[in-house]
This record gives sequence, C-alpha cells and structure tokens, in this order.
Amino acid sequence: MSQQPKGWKEISIAGVCWKPATDYHTGDWRSFKPVRDPKKCTKCLLCHIVCPDAAIQWNKETQDIEFNYDFCKGCGICANECGAKAIVMVQEGGE
Amino acid sequence: MAIIEQKTIPLNGDEAVAYAVKQSDVDVVAAYPITPQTIIVERFSEYVANGEVDTEFVCVESEHSALAASLTASLTGARAFTATASAGLALMHEMVYVTAGCRAPVVMAVTNRALSAPINIHCDHSDVMAERDSGWIQLWAENAQEVYDSIIQAFRIAEHPDLMTPVMVNLDGFFLSHTLENVQVLPDNVVRKFVGIRQYPLVSDTQGKKVPFKLDPDFPLTMGPLDLPDYYFEHKRQQEEAMHIAPKIIKQVHDEYAKLSGRSYGNGFVDAYNVDDAEIVTVCLGSTAGTTKTVVDQLRSKGIKAGVLRVRTLRPLPVEDIMRALENKKAVAVLDRSNSVGGQGGPFFHEIRHVLYGAQSHPPIVDYVYGLGGRDMPPALIQNIYKDLEEIAKTGKVKNLVQFAGVRE
Repeated sequence: MSQQPKGWKEISIAGVCWKPATDYHTGDWRSFKPVRDPKKCTKCLLCHIVCPDAAIQWNKETQDIEFNYDFCKGCGICANECGAKAIVMVQEGGE
Repeated sequence: MAIIEQKTIPLNGDEAVAYAVKQSDVDVVAAYPITPQTIIVERFSEYVANGEVDTEFVCVESEHSALAASLTASLTGARAFTATASAGLALMHEMVYVTAGCRAPVVMAVTNRALSAPINIHCDHSDVMAERDSGWIQLWAENAQEVYDSIIQAFRIAEHPDLMTPVMVNLDGFFLSHTLENVQVLPDNVVRKFVGIRQYPLVSDTQGKKVPFKLDPDFPLTMGPLDLPDYYFEHKRQQEEAMHIAPKIIKQVHDEYAKLSGRSYGNGFVDAYNVDDAEIVTVCLGSTAGTTKTVVDQLRSKGIKAGVLRVRTLRPLPVEDIMRALENKKAVAVLDRSNSVGGQGGPFFHEIRHVLYGAQSHPPIVDYVYGLGGRDMPPALIQNIYKDLEEIAKTGKVKNLVQFAGVRE
C-alpha cells in the first residue's frame, strides 16, 4: 500500500481487480494478535484447520506452525479452539 | 443509405418489445411475469418454444433473480434482456444498482405501473422514479412504434465499449403495453446487422495484461469484489463519466437508425412539438405527449401559442436541450405522473426546475401531478392546464406551485 493510489482515469471499470488479492494486506485490520507459546503447542494443526483466512500454515522446512500476520485479521478463533491453550490474543501495540 | 422497406403489423407495446428482442440476437432472457409487463414474457417464451430464437430463456423465482441472472449472463459476454414493472422493479432494486456498478450492458423494458399500497396494476411512473439515480440510461417511449425502435437502439447504446451502461426502456402500462397499434418493423437481417456482435472494452488483469471485459476461463478476471473507501468513489466517478459520453452515442445510434428506418424522435433526447415560437409550454414523459400534442393543435387553431416538450432520455438528462427549449417562455408546466410525497412536487418537476435554475431567464414554472394509479388524463384536463398557463403568462404570478390534476376533492 506504499504506492500512491490510482485515480479514476487509470483504473479498470467496474472494480475489476488489477492485482491479486494477496497484494491487499488485510492483516492491517487487526487489533488483537494471536501469539503462540511453542512450549505448550502440540502441533496438532487444529488452528490451521479453523483459521478462516489460511493465515496459519505449516512450514515444511522448520517443521513448525507459522502465522502470516499480513492476512491474520485477529479474529481469535485459533486461540479459542486451541486445546493446549498455546495461543493467546495480545492487543496490537500493547506488547 | 435508402430507407429500408418495412412491413406494418399490429402490435401492442409489450408485443413490440418482444418482437424487437426477438430480432436483436439476444443470448439470454431471464424474466418473471408481472402485470402489465406479462405479455412481453409470454410472447418471448412462445418465440423460444417455437424455435424462432436461439435464446436461453431462464424461468426464475423472482425479479431479484431475474436481474441477477441477466446481469451475470451479461458479464460472461452474453447479450442479455429482462423486463419488469412496479413491485417487480422494486424487488430488483438492489440488483438495479449492482448491474450499473458492474457495468453490465443489460437492456430492460419497464412497463410503468404504480407502486402499492393500495394495490394498483395501472400506469404511473413511481416505479421507475425510484430507480432514477441507479446509473441506468433511461429511454421513454411515446407509442408502440417508439417502443420497438428504442429497444433495438438500446442494445447498441448499452453495449458500446466506451459506455457499458445498462438501458431501461420505459413504456406506460396499459396505455402502451396493452393498446394495439400499427407498428412498422424492419426485416430480421437488418436489425441483426444493426445491433451487430457485442464488442468488449479491454481491462487490466492481475498480471497487467489487457484482456476483454468478460468472464472467460482463457482470460481470468475478478469481477464485483469488495471495494472499500480507497477505490469505491473512483468507480462511481467512472459511471458518471460514462453518462457524460452517453449523449454522443445515443445521438449516433438514433441518427443511424433514422437513416435506416425513416423514423426519428426529436433530436433523440427531447421531442419538441410546436415549442420554438410557443409562449406557454408543458413538459411531459411517455404516452401523455400524444394527448397533449392533440390539445396543442386545438389551441394553435385558436391562435394560442402553445407547445409541448417531451423528454425522451431522463438519464442522461438533456440539460442543454431542456434549457434552450424553455428559457424564453412565458410560462411552463411540468406534467408529473408520480409524486415525491412531501417534496413539493413530483420528481420530474424537480428535474426540470433544476435545469431552469441555470438558464439566462427563469420562466414561471408549475407542477401538475396527474394520472396516479392509471387515472385518465383526458384532453379537457390538459386544456385546463394550458388555461392556467395563459393566466400565469399574463400576470407573471404563480398562485399554486404544485397542483393535482384529476383528483376529486
């Protein structure tokens, strides 16, 4: 979002997307951020399943769970569902 | 180009719509029947059943779905048509805006009918006035012949790649929809050639490549996405720009069609009848113009300088044409077949009075709300309005800004 926004003469009609949805970082809507405690986490991947925005991924190289904060809107479902209580929601800017 | 030889067939306004759509090589029609539009859907479904057209006819469960199906068909690149009236148009309301915002060049016939309550199936313009600001081009027909001609023109206008704006063709319920007239029709091949094959403007895809504006697996595009405060306003500004370009295209299509058929409607935007040298003028929409022209003839034979200005395109509003026609008159009356309850006159009055504010001189202007729920507008009522105008022209004074013509006390 660092570029200057385009004017009406430059963009396609009818809201046709000129860039992929992944260029739009919906993570900046977030007010609470999920923070995982790796010691408590059992890597069951329930958080990955329940995340409505595919913002929790399995990193094959590190063999660990990874949060993509570009797209995590902070809904808190992962924290709520985590059986091991390994995820807590922390207010943004409050750390 | 010579005028094409045409046959004359008896058609009512609704049948004229169906006949024009049959000839216009339409890919998809999705519609739901509602009085007084029903005949359009009935006739067209007969054409489909008889194999006279290769149109995909979609029977839907509501008008909301009718327009949703037409708009989405249009976005895949198809030529799409639908038709409705009254409560049907009101139920479409959400999709009316979506169609315009998605820049889907759907053509829709609106057989104008009053809105409930009390329930009423007859003509007035309250249904379409509620959609005035939706971003559709609005053509208004005076008779079944103009209905036929306007539907054919509407496809060319809507689908113009610079425009991509849906078009409504308005016809007065029953007065036009159910009244049989002699209608001259062009040969099928001439209409097919006139409407042509749909062309698409180019838009940028997510890779920055220019691709045709249609949903096509070979050129994937995302249409109708969430559009937040950072870009929604720009897209709405683009729609306004299309309306600025529209007069050029409407004129071009109207004039080209006139050369082919021998028929034109004023300059394509306003139809001025005895207006040039007139002192008193009424302004109206639709079929009332026919009766009013007869009254004007009677008044002219008595030496009264009367005229009538019929507006054919309510959107885009032909501001300059209306202003030029009215600014030097002694008195002007607007005939409004709908009312803006509590708004000091009907919506059409607001449009015309708004135009005159920018004129060099301001003739006194009054409004007559008439004909609600199909109430008749006989010549005697129109004569009374011209009598009032003579009085206003003489004294320069307006006693009643807004009156209700034909209502019982």
